[in-house]
Amino acid sequence: MTQTMRADSVLSIKSLCKNFGGIKATDDVSLSVSRGGIHAVIGPNGAGKTTLIAQLSGQITPDSGDIEFDGRSILRAGMAQRARAGLARSFQITSVFLEMTILENAMLAVQGAQGHSYRFWAPTHKDQGLADIAMDHLMTVGLHHRSGRIVSSISHGEQRQLEVAMALAMQPQMLLLDEPMAGMGKEETFRMIEILSLVGAEKTILMVEHDMDAVFSLADQLSVLVNGRVIATDSVAQIRSNPEVQKSYLGDSCA
Amino acid sequence: MDWNLLISQLVNSVQLGLLLFLLASGLTLIFGIMDFINLSHGSFYMMGAYFCGSIVAATGSFFAGIIVGLVGVFFLGALVEWLIARQLYKENHLDHVLVTFGLILVFDALVHIIWGPSGLSIPLPDFLNGQIQLGSLVFPIYRLVIIFGGLAVAGILYLLISRTRLGMLIRAGASDRDMVESLGININRLFLFVFALGAAMAGFAGMLIAPITEATIGMGNDIIIIAFVVVIVGGIGSIKGAFYVALMIGFIDTMSRSYLDDFLELLASTAAAETAAPAISAMLVYVLMAVVLAFKPTGLFPPTAGNR
Amino acid sequence: MVNLSCTRSGKVYLGMLFLLGIAPLLFQWTNQPFLLDLLSRGLIIGIAALSLNLILGYGGMISLGHVAYLGIGAYCVGIPAYYDVYDGWIHLSLAIVTCALFALITGAVSLRTKGVYFIMITMAFSQMIYFIFLSLEEYGADDGLVIYARSEFPVWMNMESAVSLYYWIFGLLILTLFFIHRLVRSRFGRVIIGSKYNDLRMQSLGFNTYGYRLTCYVISAVICGLAGVLLGNFTSFISPEMMSWTRSGELIFMVIIGGTGSLFGPLFGALSFLFLEEALSLITIYWHLIFGGLLIALVLFGKGGIDAWLRKLDK
Repeated sequence: MTQTMRADSVLSIKSLCKNFGGIKATDDVSLSVSRGGIHAVIGPNGAGKTTLIAQLSGQITPDSGDIEFDGRSILRAGMAQRARAGLARSFQITSVFLEMTILENAMLAVQGAQGHSYRFWAPTHKDQGLADIAMDHLMTVGLHHRSGRIVSSISHGEQRQLEVAMALAMQPQMLLLDEPMAGMGKEETFRMIEILSLVGAEKTILMVEHDMDAVFSLADQLSVLVNGRVIATDSVAQIRSNPEVQKSYLGDSCA
Repeated sequence: MDWNLLISQLVNSVQLGLLLFLLASGLTLIFGIMDFINLSHGSFYMMGAYFCGSIVAATGSFFAGIIVGLVGVFFLGALVEWLIARQLYKENHLDHVLVTFGLILVFDALVHIIWGPSGLSIPLPDFLNGQIQLGSLVFPIYRLVIIFGGLAVAGILYLLISRTRLGMLIRAGASDRDMVESLGININRLFLFVFALGAAMAGFAGMLIAPITEATIGMGNDIIIIAFVVVIVGGIGSIKGAFYVALMIGFIDTMSRSYLDDFLELLASTAAAETAAPAISAMLVYVLMAVVLAFKPTGLFPPTAGNR
Repeated sequence: MVNLSCTRSGKVYLGMLFLLGIAPLLFQWTNQPFLLDLLSRGLIIGIAALSLNLILGYGGMISLGHVAYLGIGAYCVGIPAYYDVYDGWIHLSLAIVTCALFALITGAVSLRTKGVYFIMITMAFSQMIYFIFLSLEEYGADDGLVIYARSEFPVWMNMESAVSLYYWIFGLLILTLFFIHRLVRSRFGRVIIGSKYNDLRMQSLGFNTYGYRLTCYVISAVICGLAGVLLGNFTSFISPEMMSWTRSGELIFMVIIGGTGSLFGPLFGALSFLFLEEALSLITIYWHLIFGGLLIALVLFGKGGIDAWLRKLDK
């Protein structure tokens, strides 16, 4: 299960541990994501996938271990710092701003990537530059024609697409996607797979996901997380034929 | 060194601390378990004093005043919970603030209407009114009674929370309301009890202090802030925290009022010390709070099972 | 609200501002100088409510200690006056600096907490200021501080008479409205509003929300402090009573009843509150009972505020 740390790995997770009152949510996890690839993390419910993403994005502090992004440790960096350093995250439970329009959401994400926002005077809705960049990203996910809609009125699938658009708008080097297909129907999933393969061609992605179809068609590398431990990290084909993985995970929900 | 003064101030510290604990424990339970901000908790303190005062005036018996007063405040608390608080558990904190603020106004006005604007004094029975001599020190008996009463309640509360099934439910209700409900426990009744219990303890504190200070309108509104500070510094939902911090604050507040000017005189002129001392001792408790929160934003003894 | 004059509610707002502008003339014409007093006070409190709305309505920071700044501002007139310093510019600068400092320090601590903790800690800090002033015997403490002359400004902008003070208040009101209007639409404003809805999300978009919120808190405090300077001049009797936490509760009520997160709402709220206070106290000395009952009923049975009702006119 050794993973050679390649020179072009964007994200290196080293022996990460996190305990919650006796339960090992993250148990000595090590893995490496190489630049330009799509690395998926799969595992049964309760395996600790969201906890892992939370530690990577800075929401939770690990008990021990290290996280290196672009060669530098980001362990002490806060969430906002990591985001600005190029590590963007999307949430499993949709966290877009429901009372704003799609465009406003995207513009906010672009704004975050454009340095500080201590500007008190000029109204953002008149900022054409901001809007244009936001529209570009909305176009990538196919939401540009709906940009004026209030987010609470769009479908769940579209909200998930907006999550991805906002992550993109941050101009990240790498995306952390927490179950991007969560709660989506077949068609919506299809569309999301298309979007993600487009995005994955340019950006590095670490994706936590349940949907096996999506995982097998998108991912270059797979890590299987069970009870907080990574039991295997390999290419898709190898993982599919790995007997240990089949026993503890795939065997029950065969793809 | 005036030992008599020191000892009596220490006694006062403990007294204040225990009174604060009585107020803060109810507050922290209600916050911790129902996530409900009750600004009007001080009103129960006031009502306890007035109920007791009226009963004493009517019957002449201080103990009747205490017992009946406690029952009265308990039911008052239950009423408030049932009519008002219950409707708002799922709402946001701003609603709690507004509603309980309105309650303060209502209670203060009702007291004004029923008992009039001047306070109500509560005479103590003779045997509680005297002084007692321990060695070379002399204490007013009643202050010791207050301390004893406060400690007794603290002890009972501790036993209740940690040793009884009810206490276990209360602790469970704090961390997982749904789980408790699925066990078939009527969560509404549990919350009702907790609220009423908190109110009764606040009322008890009011009754204890009223013979010394008189029952007055709005008497709870200033001390409740200190109780809030105790809750924040102690950790929301933590009875243990409330106890230690209440005593600590009782000590700091009392001692600084008595001795700060002397202490400051060592550093500055008498005039400066005399002006600054009251202001600084007023500030001290809040500065303490700020310092604690700077390092531990959830208080000194936050309840474990980390979900708050 | 993009263009004030286009919408129906916009027209109401403009109309109201116009009426406020000519109010002294109206009152003179109808021979009701008392009303000018009432309105002056109403607008001062209105400015305080507007400042609170900036952090509460737009920013989601529920501060139960905002009146502290009103009091500090007032004492920034009173204390210099006590030492015979009447220069208005000094009063103003002192108010701005002390409010900003106090907000910076207390905000830095308070904003590290959230939810219930934040509410209580803001209340505690304002109590602290209240007790400090209460214990300063030199400046009157409980009996308050009386000033005998208003802040001095150049003749053409003085605040000597009731009318001239009114126009100072009206001027600050207009400035505050305009400033807040621009602020909430700016990049800074978007961050503040976003943080209210989902702070975690904003951080994961790269915003250091703590810094922005602290800045907003300080701005709001300074505005309130300026209102306090005007209050000190208006009442000429300055006491710690202005800053008891129950007054902060009243201020919150004004913001809520006017409609949070709206520009003019708090102004309506403040004026309604004061009107209600005057009207009810004519009926009974127990008007607090009615007011408290109204408050409870309002929360239990319906919200949205006056502003939401006005916006329904737009639909």
